[in-house]
Amino acid sequence: MSAPASGLAQIGKSVFIKGELSGSEDLYLDGQVEGSIALKGNSLTVGPNGQVKASVEAKGVVVQGKLEGNIQATDRVELRKSAIVTGDISTQRISIEEGAYLKGKVDIHKTDK
Amino acid sequence: MSSVSQNFMKLFRGSSGTETIPAQGSQKLTRRSSGLGELSRLWESAEDLCVLDLGSTSPANIRHFTESGHRIYSEDLLTASTDPELLTKDEEGKIALDSRKFLADNLVYPAAHFDVVLCWNLPDYLNESLVKPVVGRLWSVLKPGGMLLAFFHTRDAGPDSPCHRFHIVGADTLEMQKIVLRREARRGPTGAVHTAISDGFQLQRVFNNRHIENLFHDFASIKFFLARDNIREVLVVR
Repeated sequence: MSAPASGLAQIGKSVFIKGELSGSEDLYLDGQVEGSIALKGNSLTVGPNGQVKASVEAKGVVVQGKLEGNIQATDRVELRKSAIVTGDISTQRISIEEGAYLKGKVDIHKTDK
Repeated sequence: MSSVSQNFMKLFRGSSGTETIPAQGSQKLTRRSSGLGELSRLWESAEDLCVLDLGSTSPANIRHFTESGHRIYSEDLLTASTDPELLTKDEEGKIALDSRKFLADNLVYPAAHFDVVLCWNLPDYLNESLVKPVVGRLWSVLKPGGMLLAFFHTRDAGPDSPCHRFHIVGADTLEMQKIVLRREARRGPTGAVHTAISDGFQLQRVFNNRHIENLFHDFASIKFFLARDNIREVLVVR
């Protein structure tokens, strides 16, 4: 499991947030979030303890924990081997490790030129 | 072959989630698939197909379809069928699975949504009480003219035939990987600890040709391919 980089905004595993989460920096989320997450132009990493029930909009999304909701990424999505994702994924690029679980649609959209 | 109750005694797991993983260090076997070869001609000649993969999440399959410009949906029905909340009793008081609840939580798509459904070996390993309702739902989510690929063991395969996940590695070539169930030790509602188990899904039954024809009775056509490895491939068209 990759640890969060120092200086990265973090939500620890004991934190529970209900509502709309938005920001303009990369976020490492190891707690629980219910609602929506918007990090346009930035990346979201759901840590191994992370439990997200939210729609996610970000540049990049890395999932190591649980995520229930649709993911819209302008760049890429990575599902690590411990990822459990229920929802549709729309992205330009995707990587899925062996062992990851996905229930949903994968839609790869082309780069706008 | 084990009964429903035996399976669920073994599968019951408190409140934890079930995870299917390829067997540690398991060898990947490749097999040629005539059914897949026929389907490949469809997705090589068409654009923007909508494909439903009902096997374990396969990065190879997702890559295969997304790189070709098709849309893929992934839904692991076999794992979903191990949810203990599905346990119920039938009219005779025997333990069964609640197919209504199962279909309320799974295979929830608009009618006539998919061009292709990849069932793989699902019907052979799925609990008896779910097989017909699932095939009925698959009929409704397939477009008219849409195709479904399923694999059935022949009797010669034996009752201990391992359950595999299937990765598309060529136009008519699949890589097969044995599935095992992995569960963490969890404390259940009574305080008892349910420990991990490591065995795979068990073959529930062996369908003969007539059973298969009955199962897909509502479909427009059915085509059989008998392979050397005691697998009968079936390609049905809605």
